[in-house]
Amino acid sequence: MNDTSAKNLALSHMWVAFAAFIVACFMGEFQVLERSGLFESLTSISVYFASVSTHGVLMAFVLTTFFIMGFGYYTASNSLNVPIWNPKLAWTGFGIALTGVVMAAVPLLSGLASVLYTFYPPVQAHVAFYIGATLLVIGSWVWCVIMIVMFYQWKKDNPGKTVPLAMFATTANALLWLWTSAGVATEVLFQLIPLALGLMDTVDPGLARTLFAWTLHPIVYFWLIPAYTAFYVFVPKQAGSYLFSEEAARMAFIVLVVFALPIGFHHLYMDPEQAKGWKLLHGVGTFIVALPTLVTGFTVIASLEIAGRLRGGKGLFGWIGSLPWSNPMTLAVILSLVMLIFGGFGGIVNASYAMNAMIHNTAWVPGHFHLIFAGTTVIMYFAIAYYLWPILSKKPLASNSLALVQLWTWFIGMSIMTTPWHVLGLLGQPRRISSVQYNNLLTMSWEPYEILMILGGLILLISACLFFYILVKTQFGATTEIFAGEVEYAEPLHEVKDLPEYLNDFKLWNKVIAVLMLISFGVPILQFFFMDTYGSSAWGY
Amino acid sequence: MHIDPLEKKWVLISLGMVSLFISIIMVDALLHGVNAPSNVETIDSRKIHLSEEFAEDNLGVHIEENGDITVRMVAGRYAFFPKQIVLPAETKVTFRWVSMDVLHGVHMPMTNMSTMIVPGYVAQVESSFPRPGEYPILCNEYCGLGHDHMWSKAFVIDKEEWDASIAEQNTTSDTTADEESNNE
Repeated sequence: MNDTSAKNLALSHMWVAFAAFIVACFMGEFQVLERSGLFESLTSISVYFASVSTHGVLMAFVLTTFFIMGFGYYTASNSLNVPIWNPKLAWTGFGIALTGVVMAAVPLLSGLASVLYTFYPPVQAHVAFYIGATLLVIGSWVWCVIMIVMFYQWKKDNPGKTVPLAMFATTANALLWLWTSAGVATEVLFQLIPLALGLMDTVDPGLARTLFAWTLHPIVYFWLIPAYTAFYVFVPKQAGSYLFSEEAARMAFIVLVVFALPIGFHHLYMDPEQAKGWKLLHGVGTFIVALPTLVTGFTVIASLEIAGRLRGGKGLFGWIGSLPWSNPMTLAVILSLVMLIFGGFGGIVNASYAMNAMIHNTAWVPGHFHLIFAGTTVIMYFAIAYYLWPILSKKPLASNSLALVQLWTWFIGMSIMTTPWHVLGLLGQPRRISSVQYNNLLTMSWEPYEILMILGGLILLISACLFFYILVKTQFGATTEIFAGEVEYAEPLHEVKDLPEYLNDFKLWNKVIAVLMLISFGVPILQFFFMDTYGSSAWGY
Repeated sequence: MHIDPLEKKWVLISLGMVSLFISIIMVDALLHGVNAPSNVETIDSRKIHLSEEFAEDNLGVHIEENGDITVRMVAGRYAFFPKQIVLPAETKVTFRWVSMDVLHGVHMPMTNMSTMIVPGYVAQVESSFPRPGEYPILCNEYCGLGHDHMWSKAFVIDKEEWDASIAEQNTTSDTTADEESNNE
């Protein structure tokens, strides 16, 4: 099969993703330097908040969305062994999303959109920022449609067969994203853009926050699913083993998609506009969505244990040492799981309803999501890139040992940066300040941790540059060697037989999601139309 | 369909852990009243200065007729008003926060006094402070370029000291009123 079109789509999308990533890494290091207050010449409140806003948008929206689209296109074509359905449409989606990024970047970089990536009305940015963000989402919807069409076309052409796990997970993510983005799309289209254009005089921030919370939790699973996909479909094979249970993997993806959606109010635990009963309901769902992660941890570690024992590892823990640590995918998954354990622990604290008051909006929170997103998730993006780049560009990876150094330094840098962040949060430091202006003894206890964060950030920046260098060198380096390898998917330990249709399709789960969303968001959204609410007029910053 | 017995056991263990966490939260919330701040109460943020409850002379620490302490605070770029308050230790305090402009968040480090202050809504939260001391009141949500500077102070004093000062105020309130009228 000629899959040039899928390969070009994958490379183009991923280059946009990683270009955004490297720019955002420089901004991140600037922010820890500025925030520490040690460098007088760097101090600028307006540059800091423009930088934080851009860093957030580039990492959370551009890196993720473009990476997921690129990875999805290649996975769909490769795992189903069919060409991309309607490549012209796919390129149109790419164009729309890229236009959106450029359109949002102009006001962001010129300081006209320093509203952080969470928007937070009634503070208002330039309208181009909102329209640009909308175009990015519309471009990603094109990708969702293509994934779903390819999934169902393949099922039609292969009746009774099991959809490959990689495509099952990718389609699950496309579906999740359609549901997820509906919340923020409603906010932007019906509240933020009309307000920014002056078509509306006021906006209800309570409703805006509720709609944003709709998106804010499942979006992290949208980012995470490619990492989990690699856990299940690449890792066991790369470690020299089998997938412990494919059925468990499918169940994990389904529970992830279904329960990621109706639980967004854990972001509103401290908010006045929603009642405690709804917060508790969403809190219960938040704990349920921990289940697929616990199952994933088990299945992946079990697959690794088989690998270690096949390679001669003995004893309770001896198999860990005999894993192929010099394989980038294997190393990445080990480091990713370590960060997942600590990040997951922090997540349980955040999720614990009233306990959330101790850490809400403190430095603990960015500490948590850097560990779990920039750590657990992004390190798997690196591993996927190292795995796919030789296949996509038909050239061998520039250097395996440099890739290992890069993965280790990313892990070490992230540990050094996020540990003090967590401590600062427990010591009460608010997130999102550009400098410490409080005249209080407490702030003296914060200083040493700020310095540690600069070191962590610096290691991360070097690691990010190394990653970028390895990809460039691989694709554009002067080598005549041709890489002829193909993607190898992990085989399940037990052959998948008699798979029930609910583990091979999403029609049922769509209905379940619709019901759960109606229960968990119906009344909380409708209440704004039945209460006497008062809008807020727009504010600059 | 094949699910390994070990995997089944792990799913049960996972369910057990999750149920334990949920049960603890539920027992605290439903039996002990440990809840997140959640009174759905609206207010017109653009007219706060005209409202009775949050008019300027009504802000700060108030002892209600039944002896309860209520603190009414207005958040606005870039401070919480009034900028300094004095509170007794070891006493239940009800805070009522409103915003006069944009979204703010407030917390007092090392305490559970934390809430978002969303314009258009009254955020109410109860707390008590076991230890006397000077507590900063910090804005924890980005509200504009002056956000770093948005903070106020609470002085928490010994309960005995507080009771003594209240008693003193009550006995001298008549004379104070006289003195004030003399000054006019």
